[in-house]
Parts: sequence; C-alpha cells; structure tokens
Amino acid sequence: MKTFISLIAVSLTAGIILLVTANLLEQSDNNDGNTLYVYNWGEYIDPGLLEKFYEETGIRVVYETFDSNEAMMVKVNQGGTPYDVIFPSEYTVEKMIKDQLIIPLDYSRLPNAKNIDNDISSRMPEEITAYSVPYFFGTVGILYNEEIVPELKFSTWNTLWDESLENEILMVDGAREVLGMSLNSMGESLNTTDDEKLQTAADKLIQLSPNIRGIVGDEIASMMTENEAQVAVVWSGMAQDIMRENDEMNYTVPKEGSNLWFDAMVIPKNSENTDGAYQFINFLLDSEIAAVNTEWVGYATPNTAALELMDEEVRKDTRFYPEDEQLESLEMYRDLGPEMISRYNELFLQFKMSLD
Amino acid sequence: MKKLSHLYLLIVIVLLYFPILYLMFYSFNSAGNMSSFDSFTLEHYISVFTNQRLIVIIINTLAVALISSAAAVLIGLGGALFMYNVKNSTRRILLSINNIMIVSPDVIIGASLLILFTLAGISLGSVSVVLAHIAFSVPIVVLMILPKLYNMNHSLVDAARDLGADYKTIILKVIIPYINPGIIAGFFMALTYSLDDFAVTFFVTGSGFSVLSVEIYAMARRGISLEINAVSTLIFLFVFALVFIYYLLSTHKQLKKEKVL
Amino acid sequence: MRRLLAVPYFIWMLVFVITPLLLMAGYSFLDFSGNITLNNYAEFFSGNYIKMTVSSFWYAFLITIFTLLVSYPLALAVRMTSNKTMWLLIIILPTWINLLLKTYAFIGIFGRNGVVNGIAGWLNIGGFQLLFSDAAFIIVSVYIFMPFMLLPVFNAIDDIDNNLLNAARDLGASRTEVLFKVIMPLSVEGVKTGVQVVFIPSLSLFMITRLITGNKVITLGTAIEQQFLTNENWGMGSTIGVFLILMMLIVMIFTGGSSKKRVNKI
Repeated sequence: MKTFISLIAVSLTAGIILLVTANLLEQSDNNDGNTLYVYNWGEYIDPGLLEKFYEETGIRVVYETFDSNEAMMVKVNQGGTPYDVIFPSEYTVEKMIKDQLIIPLDYSRLPNAKNIDNDISSRMPEEITAYSVPYFFGTVGILYNEEIVPELKFSTWNTLWDESLENEILMVDGAREVLGMSLNSMGESLNTTDDEKLQTAADKLIQLSPNIRGIVGDEIASMMTENEAQVAVVWSGMAQDIMRENDEMNYTVPKEGSNLWFDAMVIPKNSENTDGAYQFINFLLDSEIAAVNTEWVGYATPNTAALELMDEEVRKDTRFYPEDEQLESLEMYRDLGPEMISRYNELFLQFKMSLD
Repeated sequence: MKKLSHLYLLIVIVLLYFPILYLMFYSFNSAGNMSSFDSFTLEHYISVFTNQRLIVIIINTLAVALISSAAAVLIGLGGALFMYNVKNSTRRILLSINNIMIVSPDVIIGASLLILFTLAGISLGSVSVVLAHIAFSVPIVVLMILPKLYNMNHSLVDAARDLGADYKTIILKVIIPYINPGIIAGFFMALTYSLDDFAVTFFVTGSGFSVLSVEIYAMARRGISLEINAVSTLIFLFVFALVFIYYLLSTHKQLKKEKVL
Repeated sequence: MRRLLAVPYFIWMLVFVITPLLLMAGYSFLDFSGNITLNNYAEFFSGNYIKMTVSSFWYAFLITIFTLLVSYPLALAVRMTSNKTMWLLIIILPTWINLLLKTYAFIGIFGRNGVVNGIAGWLNIGGFQLLFSDAAFIIVSVYIFMPFMLLPVFNAIDDIDNNLLNAARDLGASRTEVLFKVIMPLSVEGVKTGVQVVFIPSLSLFMITRLITGNKVITLGTAIEQQFLTNENWGMGSTIGVFLILMMLIVMIFTGGSSKKRVNKI
C-alpha cells in the first residue's frame, strides 16, 4: 500500500517538476515572444546560424525535425502547429501546392533569391519556383568501392545486374528511386505512367534480387562507411556524407540519366509569422550564410554566390555539381497522383517480397 | 541446480548488456563513429553538458515517462479491478478491446491520435504527448495486474468483508498490497514503452516540444552523433546507481530484520 | 465504488480504442477519392498480402517460442536468487536504452566487419553473413521482447508457494516432475500473458525489419506503415489493420481460457 501510493505520488511530482524545469530552461532566453516555427529534416542546418539569426533579428527559432516528407505531410495536413518555414522535397512541394497548404512567395521580399543558380532553378517547373526556393539539391546515383570493384565503371545502370555483384548492393527504401532506376536503365523516363513499361521495369528489378544485400533507409550511410556492401544506390547528399568518412568510396551518375532532386523552403498557409518566415528564408539565401551552411551540411548548394566563396575542390566537383551536358539527362520526380504512386509502391513491394 | 541457474542468469545478463556496453564503449571514441575506435575522448560528454536543447529534451523525456506511467497505472488499476469481478465472457470482450491498442502499429495509433487531438482542439505539445503516452500505456498495465488478481485467493477478500471492511478498505488494505508486484511491473513496463516510443510521439508533438527518441530518429539520417551515446551512458549509469542504492538499502533492511529476530 | 474506479478506464477505452477502431473499420471501405468500395478487401486476398500474413505469422510464432524458451528458465533462475527485485530490474534496465540506438549497436555487432565476425575470424571459423539474415532478425526480436515475456512469467512463478514445492518433493516427486507437474501448470496464466504481449506486437514489428533484415522480412506492420505514410492509402492501410486485429482476436481466444475456475479449485 505504502509503496503503491509513494510510487504514484513520487513519479507524478517528479514528472511535473521536471516538465516545469524544462519549460523554464527553454523560456529563460525567450521572453520577447517573437518566435518562428521551423520544420526541417534532422541535422540539416548549421545550428550556429539559428543563433546568428536571433542576434540579427531578435527572432527566436523553434526548430522541429521530421524524417520523411510523407510523415511531415500528415502533420502539416492536420494543422496542429502553425509552422512558418518548412523544408520539403520538390515532389512534396508540388503536392502541397495541389492541397493548397502553402502560399506563393513574394520574391520582392527575398532580395537574396538572386543568388540562386538560374541554370538549375530553371529546370524546376515554374509553379514550383513560384511557391518555393531551393535549399540543397542533388542526384540519385551509384556509390561504389573503388578498391574492390575497379573493373566495373558504372557508367550504366545495367552494371548493377553484373553477376560479380551477388549480395553486394544496398538500396534506398524508396519506390520512386528504385523503380526509377530500373526505368532509367531501360532508357525510359522515371515519371513513366505506362503500365506495360512499369511492369517490364519491375520484372527487370526482380532479376536484380540475387545481387541485393538489403533495402534500407538512412542507415545506408553508416553501413557503407563500414563497407557492409560494395555498391549502393543512394542520393548524392548521402554519398557525400559517406565519402567524407570512407575514402574507398566513389560516386557516379550513370549516363542513361537519373533523378534531380531539390529540398526547398516553403511558407505554409497557416503561418502566423510570415514576416519572420521571409526574413529567415532571405537570411539563409545570403551568400555568406549559405556558404557557412553548405560547409556544415555538406550537400550541394544551388546558391551560386555562396558556391563562389567555397574551395575550388568543392566547386569543381562534377560528381555533385553536374555539368550542363549531364544536367540534360536528369529528370525531376513529378507528382503522379495517388493511384499511380500506389502502383509504383505495389510493384516495389513485389520486388521486396522477391528478396529472400 | 542452483549453480546452473545462476550461471544461466549470468550468461543472459552478459548478452543483454553486450549491445549497451558496445554503445557505451564508442561514446568515448574520438573518431565520431561507432565502428573504428580511434582514441579516448570525453568531448561527447562535454558537448552534452553544453547543449541546452539536448538537456531540455532529456528532462522532457523523463517527465513524460514518469507522469504518463503513473497516470496509466491509476487508470489501468481501475480497469483491472473492474474486469476481475465480471463474467468470463464479458471479461474476454473487454480484454480484446484492451489489447487492440497493443497490436495496433504505432503509426496507426499516432495518426489516429493526431486526428483526435486536432478534432478535440487540444494543442500539440507536452499535454498531447503525455495524453498519448497514457493512452498506449494503459493496456499493458491492465495486462500486468490482471494475472496477479487471479492468483489472489478470493477468501482473503471475503474474510475482510466478513470482518466489516468496506470496499475502499478492501482495495487499499487487502487487494493492492497483494497485487503490488503486478502494479510495479506494470509501472516499469509503461516506463519502458514511453521511453522507447518514437512513432506516436512524432505525430502528436508540436510547438517545439521534443523527446529523446524523436531526436534520435531525426538524427539517424546523418548517422547518429555520439552525443546520444554519451547521453545514454549517463542515463544508464544514473539508473544503475539507483538500483545499486536500492540493493544496499534492501540488504541493510534484511540485516536489521535478522538482528531483531 | 468499483464502477466509479473504472470510469477513467472506460473513458480511455471509448476515446482511444473504440473511436479509432471505428474510424479504421470505416476507412477500410474507402478508396483514394473517398468512395465506398470493397476493392481493398479484394486486393488483400489477391496474393501478396496473404503471403505476407502467413510469413508474419510464422516469424511472430518463432519469435514467441524462442522468447519463451529464453525467458522461462530465466524466470526460474531469478526466483532462486536472494534479491529478486534487483535482478529483475537489472534485466529490465536495457529496455530503457533507445531501441534505435540498440539496433544500431546490433548492426555494428552483426556486420561484415562487426564484433561477431571479428571473434569468428580470431577463432578461425570463417565469416558469417549475419546482418540481413532471418537469424539476426529473430535474435534481435528475442532480445527486444525478452523482458516483456519475463515479467508476467516471473510474476506467476513467484506466486507459487514454496510449501507446495516442498510438499511435492516430500511426496517423492523428482525435480523434473516438480517442474512439469507443479510449476508449469501453476504458471500457465503468466505464460499466456507473456505470449500475448510478445506475439501480438511481433506481428506488427516494423523498424527492425528494415534495419536488421534490409526489408527481406516484411511484416504486416511494415505494410501498414507503408500504406499510411508512403502511399497515403489510408483505406488499404486500414484494411490490413482490420486483419491484424482479427488475428489478434484469434490469438486471444487461444490464450484466453477460463482462468478463474482453476484458481478456485486450488
């Protein structure tokens, strides 16, 4: 009896005291009330910049993170928290426009948007650029261990089907990426909606299953650093992370073409601090700030002015800053609508189930 | 026989702690990853103590776990006592409903609670997270307490009643002392669920409120930073110290008892 | 009074279980555009999902059996120690370290260049491809669920009166006989609870299927998560959810039984 009551009482009191303490700690430097709710991927901004933004503008950033576009959408759809700036990927921007979740940007309030590389942003559909500013960009390609597979050059996606790669390939867990890769290898568009072509691509994928070591998510980064497999199909940003840790690895985008992706900044409709949101986006577009941020995040920036401030080694790296010729072969994912996405996922599920 | 069983206990515990020791070991790694140990460093510990946001998150995590587990025990106890006294068939229906929460994947619970909270106008933040944690901890508490109730000899209750005890007294003085181990087990299970949960919390949190598991998942994208290993090590050592103190106290008490006898 | 105490519980049940359940049942009859349809059910029976259900069931079964095999002797062993609560706490403590973190540790342990292979190499017994294998999946699952099985089983075993065991011994029963004829029947309730809290959640395991098996094992939980989060097909997700709950009910019936009678007999 005594234990029961003390257990409940102690844990309730301790819990409430802790909660209050945490609140006080957080609020101690947050009295003026000018806050900005930012919703971004984890580890995707230099935290020092949030401090700097506060010093410059007096706006305190409340920073929340998500781990997938889709999970983020569920939350934003419900509108529980009025976020002010969100960082979705380009295909999600398209969906958010369709669902009327975000507002068109007033570029006159974003003077630093001039720093964005026109060559790259011109590849984005106009309606997307009207609602969003690119943050980082990249491709989907092949990460491979140069030491172990020197004779394979991966200039084509079809190399992945090579028998010598049995049980050696890791893949990202994304239906669009994996089916898109198979479609690309056949010379098709990765936005194909033709059912016959999709089926052929799926059948071709199933041939690949003996070579697949696993289909995993973000853990690919640590696994490839550990040489868990020799080859992986990954996003370029992830490849950059891995190559910084493991110098046996190299990255290439096959010539048949691939995906060009963006993570972008948008302002949701229910934002309660639009002014702050514009200031924050403009702040991140500043060349020096963007250079510092690019240095910290390590992904490819579309901010030309910032890029000029970076080392030549970074600027001239065509693996991550593709040249015009290669840019031509890249394609962005378009929002294909729920039925088609569902078809992609169904075929992807079949592929997963063919793995043993 | 006794030696054999102690050996088995020891082996299981070593295996259980192996991954934990692995995590702890790398929290001292200067190389910043969990694979090749470079040299010994305390930098990850220092950065934990200078990272105010992380400290707030740790406090939040503990607070949510404690409050929700205590509340879940109270609610679950009421439910279990009720179930104890109903017909078998009714109980089976109640139990099935009870267990739905356990079988439902976290994503479903999270998404449906998110819808519920927005419909009910509960703003997302600490309150919604605590409510959600209570919600998924209640059924496990019921499951932990019920078997204890069954095992209780009903004549105990009858005897108390014959001696003129009212229901309140029976519950407080007879039933609860008897099922106390079940209650404590339920409380610890609820703590475990709460500390581990990621998916449900992710959906129902907001306004910058965060707990450790959500933070760890968000970090996973870029490889988990060893700061988290350091945090886990610290929490672990803290809890371990508590257990050790408990051990000292309980042996001390036993010694005293023996002396009295 | 008894009813009054249960009021919060019933409110909980109504708000957090019944309502979402009805929502889910309702959703399972909707297609993308919100029209009423039976297509989701048709698709469930079309092959892929049946295959997945069978394999989920099989893995959940294996996980439960192995968890029980590890936990039951452990519960007996804990019972024999002098400070039971402390040992129990020591066994439960690892569950308080974040699951994702422990899973990362397992990736490091099972990996090609991991600890297990390091030891194997040192002993000269060749390399194992443990990561991304069924065996690794079952080991990690057992690791995760073991404390959840142990607690109820221990609770039941601990309740057995020592006098009862001594009496059995005095009457000439061997150790094995005591175990099989006295301890086991008396701990059935705890085992049932243990099976419920292990089998049911292991049907819907999702994160470690990706991390440890690289999606080579797909459970119903993985599929539901995909439908809700990736496909945004809440209808299909709900349909699979409905089947998951049906399966849970089946498990409940098998492990339910009438427990009170037995207690009264004693």
